[in-house]
Amino acid sequence: MNSREGDEQARSTAEAVARRSYGKLVAFLAARTHDVASAEDALSEAFAAALADWPRNGCPANPEAWLMTVGRRKMIDVFRGERRSEIASEELQIMARRLEAAAADADRMGEIPDQRLALMFACAHPAIEAGIRAPLILQVILGLDAKAIASAFLTSPAAMGKRLGRAKEKIRQAGIPFGIPEREELPGRLETVLSAIYAAFAEGWSDPGGTDAERRDLSEEAMFLARLVTELLPEEPEALGLLALVLHAEARRRARRTTDGEFVPLGEQDTELWDSEMIDEAEALLRRASTLGSVGRYQLEGALQSAHVYRCRTGRDNWAEVVQLYDALLALSGSPVVAINRALAIAETHGADAALEAMPDIETDVRLAEYQPYWAARAELLAKKGAHDEARQAYERAIGLERDAAVRRFLQRREAALGN
Amino acid sequence: MKYLLMAYVNEGGFATLTKDQQDQGLAAYGAFMEAMKKAGVFVGSNRLQASTASTVVRVANGKSQVLDGPYADTKEQIGGYFLIDVPDMDAAISWAARCPASSHGAVELRPVWDMGALAA
Repeated sequence: MNSREGDEQARSTAEAVARRSYGKLVAFLAARTHDVASAEDALSEAFAAALADWPRNGCPANPEAWLMTVGRRKMIDVFRGERRSEIASEELQIMARRLEAAAADADRMGEIPDQRLALMFACAHPAIEAGIRAPLILQVILGLDAKAIASAFLTSPAAMGKRLGRAKEKIRQAGIPFGIPEREELPGRLETVLSAIYAAFAEGWSDPGGTDAERRDLSEEAMFLARLVTELLPEEPEALGLLALVLHAEARRRARRTTDGEFVPLGEQDTELWDSEMIDEAEALLRRASTLGSVGRYQLEGALQSAHVYRCRTGRDNWAEVVQLYDALLALSGSPVVAINRALAIAETHGADAALEAMPDIETDVRLAEYQPYWAARAELLAKKGAHDEARQAYERAIGLERDAAVRRFLQRREAALGN
Repeated sequence: MKYLLMAYVNEGGFATLTKDQQDQGLAAYGAFMEAMKKAGVFVGSNRLQASTASTVVRVANGKSQVLDGPYADTKEQIGGYFLIDVPDMDAAISWAARCPASSHGAVELRPVWDMGALAA
């Protein structure tokens, strides 16, 4: 084998391990030390060492174990190196010993224990600022860099980097536990993990055309995380519900754009383009969740997706059932976003006036004034009612607030269709 | 805080569109401006003529130099700007993302020096 082939093989092996095991390795290194940033640094040095070593000496039989060994040594070196400078040197020594002991256990067992879930619970701990939980999980479990995360969350890369750094510092200093919460605490703590994953998915989903590679990846990554949680906690109905919801939304991705990139709303999609394998899996997950005895937000959202799929495929009107599901969801979440979708469903059962009545009040939540779906929904309802001038104004507002050029053009077509 | 949103666009692009597409494109900018005004963040804006109408002036050692064309000869040129007043960078980024230019070109945003704060 020539050296270039060796390089390439080493690189592709390292990439494959990174994708599969990055979070597992970070979790292992961080769980004993609570030092996520050092774990990431040690691991990135280990990956660099792999790229230098593997082309020369061949890929190791167990690349994951190789990376873990090197990463662990780098991390212990850092701790020992800090002995003189840091006051808490004794603590660092204890951590280094703990890490060595755990590594010895792992060597004996022949596999690295999977502590990704514990790491996710630490990242989504209530003491961590809510807005940074999703970015933090994406970074430490999947190894996404601050730049990619910032792009998806529409924030500056420099600011995102700083906020991630602060959150890791907090985990280290505040004694945030690395573990799976006790039975009675689990549902509440799990909710913060699930909502972080959902936030990551929603960011990816805002680019349904998948024209932006980084965003498209994010929804796939979120699906990976949702799946991971169900694998590690197979008896949690809300985790199953979230995966079902994500699968349902993802199944329709191809149908949301025409071949020349125009936006297609749900009711006009070609159901043949939907991924029926994903839909079947989602349905099975929802059925399983329903046997586990507690309904929650994600199961309801999954059930709504399921109802939309049923209606579009069979042509049978099920709007009354959809409204009921939205009623339950609204009672649970109180979210204005849910209220908007509920109003659109009410338009189908009780007409536009009742729907406009059901829309959330912009006076009570000023954020709605800059929320595109609020204006788009209002425009649709006003158009349905025949209030064309008001509808036109609402469409204009929605167009001005939309980020996606295809959706903008769709709204412009809807506005033009109003006539005079 | 004030931010300048600079819209970088491919200048030849507009001429290649059909009349309908041009109208749709301009209407999207109109809606974007209106949305900023309604949100109370709009300070000012202008669409610029093509960079072929640009002139660069330098004076060095008492000698002036006047050159035709834009400062940097890149494929995408500043086609216009929007000055907005928003609470922070994230708000500025979300308006930049809504600017139609970020879909067919790119939008650079820069915080404006607050001279009042400097003097105080």
